[in-house]
Parts: sequence; C-alpha cells; structure tokens
Amino acid sequence: MIRKWLLKLGILLAFLPLQAQALLTIEITGGSDAALPIAIVPFGTEGMKAPEDISAIIRNDLASSGRFAPLDDQDLVSRPTEQSQVNFADWRLLRSEGLLIGKVSSQDGETYQVQFQLFDVYRGQQLAGKRYQVPASGLRALGHQIADVVYETLTGEKGVFSTRLAFVTQVSASDGKKRFALQISDADGANPRTVLQSTQPIMSPAWSPDGNQLAYVTFENGKSEVFVQQLQSGQRKSVASFDGINSAPSWSPDGRKLALTLSRNGNPEVYVLELASGELMRVTNNAQAIDTEAVWSPDGNDIFFTSDRGGQPQIYRVPANGGRAERITFEGNYNASPDISPDGRKLTMVHAVNGRFYIAIQDLKNGALQVLTESGRAESPSFAPNGQMILYATEQKGSGVLAAVSVDGRIHQRLSESGTIVREPAWSPLKK
Amino acid sequence: MNRFKFSALLVALFLLSACSGNATKDGVGDDVLVEERNGASTSGVSDQNADGRDLGAEASVVVGEDQFSSSELDDPSNPLSNRIIYFDYDSASVRPQDQAIVEAHAAYLGKNPNLSVRLEGHTDERGSREYNLALGERRALSIRQLLMLQGASAQQFRVTSFGEERPAVDGSDESAWSQNRRVEIVYIGR
Repeated sequence: MIRKWLLKLGILLAFLPLQAQALLTIEITGGSDAALPIAIVPFGTEGMKAPEDISAIIRNDLASSGRFAPLDDQDLVSRPTEQSQVNFADWRLLRSEGLLIGKVSSQDGETYQVQFQLFDVYRGQQLAGKRYQVPASGLRALGHQIADVVYETLTGEKGVFSTRLAFVTQVSASDGKKRFALQISDADGANPRTVLQSTQPIMSPAWSPDGNQLAYVTFENGKSEVFVQQLQSGQRKSVASFDGINSAPSWSPDGRKLALTLSRNGNPEVYVLELASGELMRVTNNAQAIDTEAVWSPDGNDIFFTSDRGGQPQIYRVPANGGRAERITFEGNYNASPDISPDGRKLTMVHAVNGRFYIAIQDLKNGALQVLTESGRAESPSFAPNGQMILYATEQKGSGVLAAVSVDGRIHQRLSESGTIVREPAWSPLKK
Repeated sequence: MNRFKFSALLVALFLLSACSGNATKDGVGDDVLVEERNGASTSGVSDQNADGRDLGAEASVVVGEDQFSSSELDDPSNPLSNRIIYFDYDSASVRPQDQAIVEAHAAYLGKNPNLSVRLEGHTDERGSREYNLALGERRALSIRQLLMLQGASAQQFRVTSFGEERPAVDGSDESAWSQNRRVEIVYIGR
C-alpha cells in the first residue's frame, strides 16, 4: 500500500505583494514503497557559516521527489565530511545504498567553496563528486544542482530540482474584488516572483523552450488576448488580439512559433503564428467544432489538440503543417487539455468519468490509458521536463491547489499556498 | 408616460388571466403575441414553451406598445430586464423557458437599430479552462444567432467569452454551476 508521510517545507513569500505572508508548502501525500534509502550527512562548515543549508536543500529536494527516503539525522552513524572519514561497513548496516557527504567553506562570507561526494555504499565507490565556487546568492541554486546530480546518478533520469514552475494565483482583496497574478517559483516553491498582476483573469501560461519567456492569456483589455513576456526584462508584447477568442498558446520546440486558438473567422480553430514575421497559418478547419488546446509533439512534426468534432471533447493529432486530423483518445466521453511527454511517447490529459475529472496518461503507441489521480477535480496537467511527474491543478477544502503525480501513479505530491487559490501550473523546461 | 404604463399593465393583466384561464399546455398565447410584434415566426419556440404563462404576460408589455425607452430595460416586470440566459451543462442551446427573454431582446434590438449589445459567454468551472473559453463563445454566438433570426442585425453585437474565469457565483455545487453557465446581454453605453 501507499504509505503516507509528510514533508513540509514552509517558505515565506516575502516578494508577493498581494499576500505578504502566504506560505507555500510541498507535501508528499503518497510515496512509493520503492523509495531509495539514502544517507545525507549534514555538510561540514569551514570558516564563515553559509546563509543557506545546502545539505538540507538537497535532502528536501530528494525527499519531495518521492523517489528517495533520506535517513533521519539521528540515525546517521557518523558525520563524515570527506572520504577519509567514511567507514562503508557502518553505512551498509543502515541499508542505505547511497551516501552523500560534503563541505562548505568561506573566508569572507561572500564567496563559498562547496564540494560533495556521492558514494555507492555497497561497493565503497564514489559515484559522483564535484567542487564549486559560488557567491552566497547562488547557494540555493547550487543545492538544487547537486540534488539533480544525485537524482540522475542514482535513478538514471534527469533531475528537475533546478527547474521552475509557472502558475496563476487568485486572491480576494480587502475590497472584495479578485486579484490575479502570474507567478513563477523554483520547483520546490521557493523564490516566488510575480510576472504579471491583473484585476482580470490570467490563463494558460506556457514556457518558451529556452525557459526565458512565457506566453499567456489575459483579459485585461476586456477580452482574451495572448501575450509573450521576457522574464528577465519584464518586457511583453501582445501577439494575438483578434476578434473573438485568442487563447491556448503553445511554443513550438524550436521556439519560433506559437500554436494558439483563434476564433477570428467565427469558430475556434488552431493556428500557428510565426513570431518573427507575425504570419498566421491555420491548422484546423472545422466550422461546427471547438478546436483548441494545441500542444506540439517534441519533434515539432505534429500538433495534438482538443476537439468536440465528434460531439464530445477528445484529443486529436494533426500534422503541424496542416492536414487530416486523427483521433487519439477513445476511452470516456470527455478528454481534454493534452500534454505530451518529453520523449513523445505519452499523452496526459483531463479524463472525465461521470462528471468527475481525473488526470490520465495514455501510451501513444498502444493506446493504453491509466487514470492517475483519485480526487475528481483535477485539471491542467503538465509534464515535468524529465517526464517522470505530471503537475496539475486540483481542489482541496474549496481552494485551488497544485499537485503532482508520478507517471506510474505511485507518488503523489501537493503544493499549496494557504489563503490563495493556485491554478494553471506549467513546468519549465530543463536549464540548458 | 403614466398612461402608457397603465395601459401596458392592463394588457399584461388581461393576457395573464387569458393565458392562465386557457391553461394551454403549449403556451399558444405567447406565440401569437410575439409574432404580432416583430413578424418573425416563433412557432418553433412556442411549441417547446410548456409553462410560459408569466412570460406571456411579460412579453405583452413589450409588444403592446410601439414606444420604447431605456427604462424598459430596468422595469422588473419587463422581460428586457432579464438579461442573463442560463444553459445546461456543456450545452449552448437556449432552454425553452428562456426563449421569450431572447425574443424580447431581439424585438427590442430590431426596433432600436442604434443600440448595440455585448454578449458575454460564461461556463461553470468544470473541465478544461480552454475548452470552456470556447464553450462560452459558442453560447454567446448561439444567442446572437437567435437574436439575428428574430430581427436584430449583425452590427449590433460584440461577442466575448470569459469561459469559467468570471463566475457569477463562487462555489462548487450545482447551484453555483447553474448560475455560472450563462450569457449576459450587456447593453453598451448605458
């Protein structure tokens, strides 16, 4: 059975102007029995004390992934900080397969030298080890980077701890009116930044493949409109404000085009917009149906989208240059909000059964469908850039929260922000 | 003005009693009244209108007089004061009981070609947000089509969808959902 345990990580959202004291938490609500035991020894300190506890960051990352079960600190048999102090026989008794040690040193409190070593306890061998020099402000990011190395070394999959999340928040201000914000944070919820605030709803954030831009939909001018914003400069540009719907942006893998939904010709259809030229190409053509929620295959050859041309929303695939659309989903009478795994093999979507909405995953080769969530209020699934987790929005105690589930359905995480409705999550690409 | 209102009231009362007196199942009374007014065939509508007695009475206020003023939109006894049309789940079809409201607005817009309206389509919170944005537009377009079939003209409309993003009522039960699946008819400039 799924064993339940909690990991709570509270971070003060100091930079969020709408909700000065909101708390973001990550919880593992269901872990895998196969979580790998790992010993993470608190890193040693030489000289000035670091403002961030790097080994704690690594530990939190690995534990929150659900793939690792770090030993409790009091169970550690010793506190080695370098290889000469490690007695592998002791660690084998603890049944931890991996052992991570390291140290942090600084003379001036500005620049820090950090080193780590990851060992295979049974073989008594080093699996990975590195030394870094970073400014104090880079310590947290370095912690995530080391967690990525550990994760990849032990699981064979890329770690996603250095990635970011985008999401939309909604709060009710003191005047009773709703305020909306598009925010990004680190993958662990830390370091939140507000990208856009509006008194009007914000929808459908989409990361550019280089992670430097977000496309999104706002209603700030009284109707839906697609913007592209540079995250560094904050500079933004309206790229679609035609009559009717302007919505559902999705970046092509080369970052040059946006697929989007426009109803400028009277009916919602999928178009491809070439960003440099502004040239529009119509991809779908079905006057009676809603065609929307385009998403590209990783090779850029195909576009998956939602259409109710068969009477109910289902997922279809069409060549990105236009052509005949082929229906992909057949199970159930409501499948929508597609996203494609980074390897192009799997489709995740919202799958409704009896008016309840679940996150499901479908093998694109054999068509097998698996429902991954239990609560019936799930929406907006988005693959992690390593394809291992699916981030989605759901509801808990009447408030919107973000959650994630592993693609095998065994690991469940919840990210929530008290007092704030959070929705429309999108997981950034891997750092290049 | 007073005289106008009084006579309208008389007509309304008369028709109300006539309708309820007849207690027709198919609401024939409504049909005739509206047809007289705008000349459009509404037989298809009235056939479905099984319990439209009050609507018939209200409709008569509209059709009983040739003069219109902006205050009609605010007269609670006038169907024009009803500017929200509700829908069934995942549907863009106007329900029989709301046909008379649409007809009243069609007649009013037909009579006042200088007026224009914004049709704002909305959905409940269930399902995909993007699909709902499209569904909201489909609802607004379905109202526009009905209004145009019954006398209004294309340039009198602006259509906007907000999908599920602007619920009328916050909540996650059928009561909230049913109030959020709607098209709001917003008269521009008033």
